[in-house]
Parts: sequence; structure tokens; C-alpha cells
Amino acid sequence: MTGIVDIVYAEYNYWIYVTLMMIGFYAMIAKKNLIKKIIGANIFQTAIFLFYISLADITGGTAPILVGGHGGEHVEHAADVIYTNPVPHVLILTAIVVSVSTTAVALALIIRIYNEYGSLDEDVILAARKSLQPEFSEYARQKDVAEVNHQ
Amino acid sequence: MSRIQESVIIRTVVRIMVPFIELFALYVIMHGAGGPGGGFQGGVIFGAAIILYAMIYGIAEGKQKMSDALDRILASTGLTIYAGTGLLCLFFGGMFLQYGAVPLIPNDPATVSKYLIDLVEIGIGTTVAAIMISLFFDVSPPESEEGELPEELPDHEGVDG
Amino acid sequence: MKTLALLVVVITGAMLIYAGQDLPPFGDPNTDMYQHRMTQYFIENSKTESGVPNIVTALLANYRGYDTLGETTVIFTAGMAVMLLLRRRER
Repeated sequence: MTGIVDIVYAEYNYWIYVTLMMIGFYAMIAKKNLIKKIIGANIFQTAIFLFYISLADITGGTAPILVGGHGGEHVEHAADVIYTNPVPHVLILTAIVVSVSTTAVALALIIRIYNEYGSLDEDVILAARKSLQPEFSEYARQKDVAEVNHQ
Repeated sequence: MSRIQESVIIRTVVRIMVPFIELFALYVIMHGAGGPGGGFQGGVIFGAAIILYAMIYGIAEGKQKMSDALDRILASTGLTIYAGTGLLCLFFGGMFLQYGAVPLIPNDPATVSKYLIDLVEIGIGTTVAAIMISLFFDVSPPESEEGELPEELPDHEGVDG
Repeated sequence: MKTLALLVVVITGAMLIYAGQDLPPFGDPNTDMYQHRMTQYFIENSKTESGVPNIVTALLANYRGYDTLGETTVIFTAGMAVMLLLRRRER
């Protein structure tokens, strides 16, 4: 059993990332409330950020800002200092901005949906759409047929 | 007006804190080249300062400090600064965003590119701050004449997943 | 519905953990990703080429300048989209 414990401990960042990501994934597909779906998507994205940043880490490494790079101080030789990997940091900085943008647009759409239908529940919204225009939503009709078959 | 907005302590502390938060945001933007920080982070902090002010003093008063028109102008200006820096490099014979091509200081492209990176960070910070403030004002509820929240908010019942 | 979702989540998580056995241990410097010459090039030359000591900023604003311009455009577009969706008409 010590082998398994060692494997889990050596890659515990990966286990935490998978757990968080699956929590977000479950919220995205199982919850009916649109706000909770957005929260799930955010947890999912955060898990990926965490995964990338943890991949960049080097034991004993410092932040990727050059030591003594401001001039005036004693500049150590670059090989003497271990820096963590800067490339995932940059990628995740991009991803965070995109995440903020998508969340903002999604929340704005949800506000409009709430003003229109008076509900955030997926089933209520689909039922309201179906009653407005019977052949409007293909998905809603298929869902209805499936429910009838189930009964 | 809610109880938090009426509190003298919170109003005074916010009035004192907002300039310092803005100053810290400018520090973070300008320090992006030399340490932790950058345009995105500083822009969000600057936006948070204005949002804090608007939350405590009301949306209408917040819009007096940062009107919608100014917001839109700032958001476009930041992007223009960034793209303009790239076009400046084109103008001096380099490639797009090749900072070293600008002959600001002769024979020292690294220093030139340091200053132009600062300029680019300022552009990013301006856009991000303006967009954060406009997002907050867009999702805030419609204000009545005095800038207070309307009495009748829509009910939020029966919503659960 | 919920049991189906749970099943999907558990299967996906198990597959991810199975695939993750090949990943390097946490904090290991002897990985291909860290020893790759691109990473080492950025760490060694970003100061002389960009003039800024912060490697992340040098990457963001200099080497990936196009990408950051696109990123700023993304956040600008998101702000404009929210404005279009939610702003009440001014009379």
C-alpha cells in the first residue's frame, strides 16, 4: 500500500485538481439553476488554473522575477537562482481574463433571461418557451417525448 | 438606503480609503515591469475602488465620479494606446509590437522596449478599469430619482436547482 | 438525471486520474517542460531583450504581444456585449 500512498503524495496537486474539476463539472451538468451552472463553470476553470500553476512550480524555486534585475543591487549569476517556470503563468494570466469575460457575458444573459421568463430554472424556462411557440425548441419537444415514454 | 450605506464609520472609511486604493492600483500598473503586478491586476484594483465608492455612496453618485461617457472613452482609449504602440513600431520600420525598433534612445533597444512595455501596461490598465466599472454599473438595479434602490424589487422565490 | 450525472463525473474523474499517472511529481525540476530550451531561453534572455526583470511581464507584453492585444480586445468586447444586453435606453 505504501506504493499507492507515495503515488498520491507525489502528485497530490493533480488529485486536488481532478476533485475540484469534477465538482465544477457535476454542477454544470446536474444543476437546474443557471446561476449554479455558471458557478460550476467557474470552479471548473479555477481547477485548470490551479493545475497549470502547480505544474509550473519547482521545489526551492523563486518567483520568475530576476533577482537583482532592477540595477544597483548585486546581480547574481542567472544560473545560481532557480526560477519557477514562467510560461504557464503567462498562459493562465490570459485564461483568467477570458474567464472573467465569459462570466460577465453569461451573467448578463442570465439577467435578461430572468427578466423575460421570471425564473432561473431550466425546466421552467424550457416549458415557457414551448408554450410560447410549440415547435420552437427541438430540445424541449424531444425532452417531452422522453418523459412521456418514461411514464 | 440600506443600513450599511447609512453607517457613518463605513462612509468615512470608504472616503478615506478610495484615494489610497487608486494610488495602489497605479503603483501596481507601473510596477508590472519590475515586480508582481501588471495592467490587468492594477486595472481591476482601480475598478474596485470606484465600485466600492458606488456601492456605499449610491449608484448615482458613483456615476457622477465616473460617467458612462467617460467610461466608454477610457475603455476605447486604452485599447487605442496598445494598438497605437504597435503601429508606432511599424512606423519606425520594425514589425508590429517590435518595441526595440522605436529610436527613442539610440542603440539601446532593451531600454526602449522597457518604456514601451510600461506604456502598453497603462493601456491595458485603462481598458480593464473602465470595463470593470461599466460591468458594475450595467448589472446594478435601476436607480430612482434620489439614486436609491427602488422599493419594489422583483421577488426571487421558487428558484432552486 | 442526477445519478447519470454522477456516473459521468466519476468516470471522467477516474479517466483523468488514470491519465495523470504519467505526469511528473510536484515540484520536480527535471521535467521536459522546465528543461525545454524555450523555457530556459526565456529565463536567460528576457532581461537583455526586453529590459524588464519580470519574466512574466516580458513574456506577456513582448513575446506574446499579439496575444495580449487580443486579450484586451476580448475584455473590451465583453464589456460592450454586456452594455448592449443590459443598458436601458437613454431618452
